[in-house]
Amino acid sequence: MQHTFMAKNPSVLWFLLGLSLFTVFVTIFSEAVGSTGVSTSFLKTLGKTLCLCLVAIAMDVVWGYCGILSLGHFAFFGIGGYAIGMWLMYERTKNIVVGSLENNILPPTPEEVEAAIGTQIFGVVGSSEFPLIWAASHSLTLQLLAVVIVPGMLALAFGWLAFRSRVTGVYLSILTQAMTLALSLYLFQNDTGLRGNNGLSGLQNIPGLEAVSQATLSLWFFWASALALGAGYVFFAWMLSGKFGSVIRAIRDNEARIRFLGYNVENYKLLIFTVTAMIAGIAGALYYPQAGIINPAEIAPIASIYLAVWVAIGGRGRLYGAVIGAVFVSLMSSWFTGGSAPDINLGFYLVKWTDWWLVLLGLTFVGVTFFFPKGVGGLFDLISNYREKHQ
Amino acid sequence: MSTLLEVSDVSVSFDGFKAINNLSIQIGDTELRAIIGPNGAGKTTFMDIVTGKTKPDEGYVIWGEKSSSLLDMSESQIAQAGIGRKFQKPTVFEEQTVRENITIALKNPRRPLDLLFSREAPNTENRVRAVSDDIGLTDALDQLSGALSHGQKQWLEIGMLLAQDPHLLLVDEPAAGMSETEREQTTDILVRAAKTRAVVVVEHDMEFVRRLNCRVTVLNQGSVLAEGSLDHVTKNQDVIDVYLGR
Repeated sequence: MQHTFMAKNPSVLWFLLGLSLFTVFVTIFSEAVGSTGVSTSFLKTLGKTLCLCLVAIAMDVVWGYCGILSLGHFAFFGIGGYAIGMWLMYERTKNIVVGSLENNILPPTPEEVEAAIGTQIFGVVGSSEFPLIWAASHSLTLQLLAVVIVPGMLALAFGWLAFRSRVTGVYLSILTQAMTLALSLYLFQNDTGLRGNNGLSGLQNIPGLEAVSQATLSLWFFWASALALGAGYVFFAWMLSGKFGSVIRAIRDNEARIRFLGYNVENYKLLIFTVTAMIAGIAGALYYPQAGIINPAEIAPIASIYLAVWVAIGGRGRLYGAVIGAVFVSLMSSWFTGGSAPDINLGFYLVKWTDWWLVLLGLTFVGVTFFFPKGVGGLFDLISNYREKHQ
Repeated sequence: MSTLLEVSDVSVSFDGFKAINNLSIQIGDTELRAIIGPNGAGKTTFMDIVTGKTKPDEGYVIWGEKSSSLLDMSESQIAQAGIGRKFQKPTVFEEQTVRENITIALKNPRRPLDLLFSREAPNTENRVRAVSDDIGLTDALDQLSGALSHGQKQWLEIGMLLAQDPHLLLVDEPAAGMSETEREQTTDILVRAAKTRAVVVVEHDMEFVRRLNCRVTVLNQGSVLAEGSLDHVTKNQDVIDVYLGR
């Protein structure tokens, strides 16, 4: 069974091999092991990129394989980040508060501790009360469950309403944009209880691991991200390899036809939509501790559109295509917008890449859509076709 | 021969245009039936109603021994109840192989979790072979179905219907765009299929219908104009008027 799965999916083996080599390579050159090749901040960028790859393959499954152009999957990513962020922030603040109250003559009551934590966390939005939404924030287990369950439930409810009413194509895309916009606006409100536009911060400090250096922590998160990406890749490849995958691609290519073959298309879409949302949540939960901060702007509608752009550029309908797209575009993006790219002086005009990067990305997207509908991943087809011809 | 499908007094209109007007048709359980009629006679709408794509404004559609109403069922439920449909334009899944196309259609559990977690039925390969032999595509099993010729795609689609093992097969213009030899083979496939189940063929082409050698129903303006053998209906004055113009 395992053998046939691997034999049918040679790309899985290659991908895992590449990912392992990359992980080992980065580890050897990281600051955590005393090298200076990969700085801690760059290590974080790489770890975050792996998380983006994971959410990109989830996007590829939902769009490239099942044909649902969801422009809201980054919302699930953000929810995962918020879910883990709440525990990180609560627990860390608690540690600090308990530490500072230690020297009091009378030991603080639990209420005093709670109030002090509340003031610390919500002072920035002029409050000190814990909103109901934080009820489980003291428990790592519960917040970890929330990382998958909240995106899953939201996707299930949204998908159930949308797919049952047979909303498809561009209408569905618009609805998903509305969903992520609504969520983002909801989180922006101070009343929501997630610190409004300040978001959650200090997430890079892991409670209980204060003694561990950021260099080492970053390496651990990098490993965890690589592991999650590898596992996610194998999971999706397994899911899509058999008859289930055949039905999913059939839904993409002709929904009505597969319905007349007796398949309940809505259930399949709902399953795909929900599972990919949960994986996106996991990716987000790994991403934001590396980013250190999450705020509602992260899940603005544009973020989900980027996700679609990555998948389109990398190549839809192949998992490694999504990875290529995510790596390529997100690294390019941080290079161009980070000020490292040399500006071009045209004499009469100075092209500043921080301003022009989006234009370049837009042109690339249009170009790829017109001339290489299969994306960068399509090059592999060209190569294998060429090989077949010349054998 | 008992009645498998009974459509009675069905009417449906789109924006005031009556596409089907008090239509009543009965199909027996092992019957080959041809439905002919000019453009806009309601042939495709008839199929849409039976397969659940269109819900009629009035009338009944009764199915099978248990006499259940098809009007309360969704497309996928109707398909699972044993009604297969072939569309006018061949619609196979072009990016998948012939084998995958047939496998997807085979009568097996169809819920998502069944497909994810259950092992493939051991006789799958034999069943795929049986279908591919029937439609003459065994040599092409591992080809992408998008690479097939037009006629082969039509056969593959009929094969996918046979793989579903339906009690009733609705076939919309199977011979459209086919060469003479392809037409003959298509006739053979359909006649063979009708030995164990009901097959309803919608067709424009009189020659093809003659070759099927079966009972014919003529539709016009959404209702039945005449019914009987092809010779019988072609002698009917109403039919001559409709086909040759008044």
